[in-house]
Amino acid sequence: MIRVTCKYRFSASHRLHTAALSDQENRELYGKCDNPYGHGHNYEIAVSARGPLDPQSGRAVDPVALRRLVAEQVLQPFDHRNLNIEIAEFHDAVPTTENLAQEIFRRLRAHWKSAFPGSWPVLEKISIAETPRNIFEVSDFNGQA
Amino acid sequence: MLVTKRVEFSASHVCRNPSLSDRENQELFGAAANPHGHGHNYAIEVTMAGNPDPVTGMVIDLKKLKEVVHREVVEWYDHRFLNYEVRPFDRVIPTAENIAIDVWQRLEPHLTKDGGRLHAVRVYETPDLYVDYFGDPA
Repeated sequence: MIRVTCKYRFSASHRLHTAALSDQENRELYGKCDNPYGHGHNYEIAVSARGPLDPQSGRAVDPVALRRLVAEQVLQPFDHRNLNIEIAEFHDAVPTTENLAQEIFRRLRAHWKSAFPGSWPVLEKISIAETPRNIFEVSDFNGQA
Repeated sequence: MLVTKRVEFSASHVCRNPSLSDRENQELFGAAANPHGHGHNYAIEVTMAGNPDPVTGMVIDLKKLKEVVHREVVEWYDHRFLNYEVRPFDRVIPTAENIAIDVWQRLEPHLTKDGGRLHAVRVYETPDLYVDYFGDPA
């Protein structure tokens, strides 16, 4: 079994603010991430898939098929967007990188079979770096993203 | 405890299955099927698992590990055309996956004696694409 990991990047803006709390409480909780005008990051995501070697290609994952899936489901919708305003899932949910990681995992899992119709490879985990110092990881270990 | 040593090498390869037509290879591998070959700056991360030795405080002597990785892998791979110059890639397609398996097979017999056991081999083909192999049957 081999695990293959491919990295991709997108840039987007967000604001961390929840309607469940007062303005004062939001400021205390999220600090400068609550700036009403929003702010941006260069996100880097790493998608890991696992499978046996395909005898014909000597590969476990077709990187072109993976890139196409990630581009369609993540990079094209998210790159150079305001996550709060332009991504429906974040109209209510706060676009913390935790929630963003779960949303990316959900999207990849939901469309995985269209990119990889066979039993292999399987989606193992994704990680997302909001900055080079803040990194979040989601895997399917508990059956829910 | 896991201890990882990283080494780098540069090599060329072509991804081509001789039992397929040129057109099928092009569809399967894209630009990587160019018969003239192309190159990468590869990096290998070798991870050993074990407990620190009570005397030395080390899982493995990293200097010895570096020597083994250089002697068994880097000296064979570096600045070579893998398909033509490095076994088993005369008959095995040198994808990053197969390189990881070959690195494991080259290293494992030399890493069983003193402290720690080989846990994982990670091969970076580019900074944005890497594979992990843990030694199980592929």
